[in-house]
Amino acid sequence: MKLSKLHIALLLVALVAPFVLYPVFLAKILCFALFACAFNLLLGYVGLLSFGHAAFLGTGGYITGWLMMNANLTPELAILLGTAAAGLLGALYGKLAVKREGIYFAMVTLALAQLIFFVYLQAPFTGGEDGMQGIPRGELFGLIDLSDNLTMYYFVLAVFLFGFWLINRTIHSPFGQVLKAIRENEPRAVSLGYNVNDYKWVAFMISAALAGLAGATKSLVFQLASLTDVHWHMSGEVVLMTLVGGVGTVFGPLLGAGAIVTMQNYLSGGELGNYIHIIMGAIFVICVLAFRGGLVGELQKLVKRNFG
Amino acid sequence: MTFLGINLFGLFGQLLVGLINGSFYALLSLGLAIIFGLLKIINFAQGAMYMLGAFFAWMALSYFGMNYWVALVVVPLVVGFIGILMERFLVRPIAHEDHLYSLLLTFGVALMLQGIFTHVYGSSGLAYAIPEELKGGTRLPFMYLPNYRAWIIVASLVVCGLTWWLVEKTKLGAYLRAGTENPQLMQAFGINVPLIVTLTFGFGVALAGFAGVMAAPVYSVSPEMGSNLLIVVFAIVVIGGMGSIGGAILTGLAMGVIEGLTKYLYPEASTTVIFLVMVIVLLLKPSGLFGKEA
Repeated sequence: MKLSKLHIALLLVALVAPFVLYPVFLAKILCFALFACAFNLLLGYVGLLSFGHAAFLGTGGYITGWLMMNANLTPELAILLGTAAAGLLGALYGKLAVKREGIYFAMVTLALAQLIFFVYLQAPFTGGEDGMQGIPRGELFGLIDLSDNLTMYYFVLAVFLFGFWLINRTIHSPFGQVLKAIRENEPRAVSLGYNVNDYKWVAFMISAALAGLAGATKSLVFQLASLTDVHWHMSGEVVLMTLVGGVGTVFGPLLGAGAIVTMQNYLSGGELGNYIHIIMGAIFVICVLAFRGGLVGELQKLVKRNFG
Repeated sequence: MTFLGINLFGLFGQLLVGLINGSFYALLSLGLAIIFGLLKIINFAQGAMYMLGAFFAWMALSYFGMNYWVALVVVPLVVGFIGILMERFLVRPIAHEDHLYSLLLTFGVALMLQGIFTHVYGSSGLAYAIPEELKGGTRLPFMYLPNYRAWIIVASLVVCGLTWWLVEKTKLGAYLRAGTENPQLMQAFGINVPLIVTLTFGFGVALAGFAGVMAAPVYSVSPEMGSNLLIVVFAIVVIGGMGSIGGAILTGLAMGVIEGLTKYLYPEASTTVIFLVMVIVLLLKPSGLFGKEA
């Protein structure tokens, strides 16, 4: 991936931002941005709408949280194992989900995510309705204390950049080209001899693992893993973030996550807090009816029209 | 009463609960299947429409004193009309786009409706009294059968049966089935396809509204009643496949019974058993039990 001026400018903003804004808030945006980027890998580049990505976010969070509380691991190992657990669940779920297409794929992923929701609701280790509270952040590599919010932010930024890089690397690899071919014309990809279901499956696994990475990191930032992260609302939120930012664009999910998280933070403090779901539903409807390209997509169209 | 060490009261009690849940599954998946057949979209707001049905019945009784029997006729019509408006002004403008967009659109509508009712009525749930005529119950040799529960099963079977007859045996149903096969050709024969599409959407949604009214006296009327149910119905639709009307009804009832049986045998798994059945079906027959194509 070649670094453009835009990349460098954004990186500079990300490095300076915690001195202006609250680091935990920024870390939250980055976690959700990674989650949305992982989701976008499936929807934007393979054309698969997963309506159950909360399952992987939650799994990453629960496993990492449990390990931090009970196994005395360093955070990077706990996160790695949480990510692996989400990837494994993704491997299982992906294998099942790619058997169906289109709308059925969305329903299968939603139902599978609900299955894991009930498992976590009943499993003793998750703390049920209360969730896991007071997860320690620990010391990175046994050296760097993450309890400081600013240090934590830079660690999250590093994790995000890794995930972002990996997704871009995937999209621009020969593997990613096949994914795009499947999105554009699946029967043709089949006739060219590609085993389409295997490609979808691997993409699903990568996406699930990265969603798990986002959840694992998030559980350390907030020192909390709860059922909210596995609820279908969360699966809907990541769809919304991606849709608002721009499906199938590189920076769209990042922008969308920033917009939605900022909006939620802003609303939950004020008297409009009760309206949050109504507003999110309305944004869904408006986006689908009028702005299917999302913020980035519409911006690109505008630029192309005026300068292209 | 026990037989071979089995608590028959407990078993039949849970089977009855399962059959009632199955009646609601059948009504909702039937509505989804009818809409899917013609429009090729999944109405994510189907659960919200069910919730609307229950709330409208409650509101009609509390604000206008409209009794259950009137509500049972009027509320589905009102909910169906809302569905017609939704099809006309929200779904149709994006009908030519990828069908995933209509899923997202109806998901947004569901979020909004659920949000509005949570805002106005809170999330704790409201009670709706069982109508006077159906209070009490019958004592059978092996179980106690509350009249209202028996009514739910009979009424939803009748409605499901009528719908099946309407779609499979009447001229209107023939149009519907022809539209499912080839809408362009049907349009060329001078049949008003957009009108049929709108009415079909309205009818599918009205079924959910009807289920909502029926559910009001047995479940608490709450904004979340629809979304939780709908996800289970999605799994049922995957299990049955949406290719056949009869298949949707049968799968819905069967899954309710399986759920009830699990509640008796191994209560811990009762919330997950339908999803597990879905996993097994995906492994053995990915296109669904009654499905034609993958």
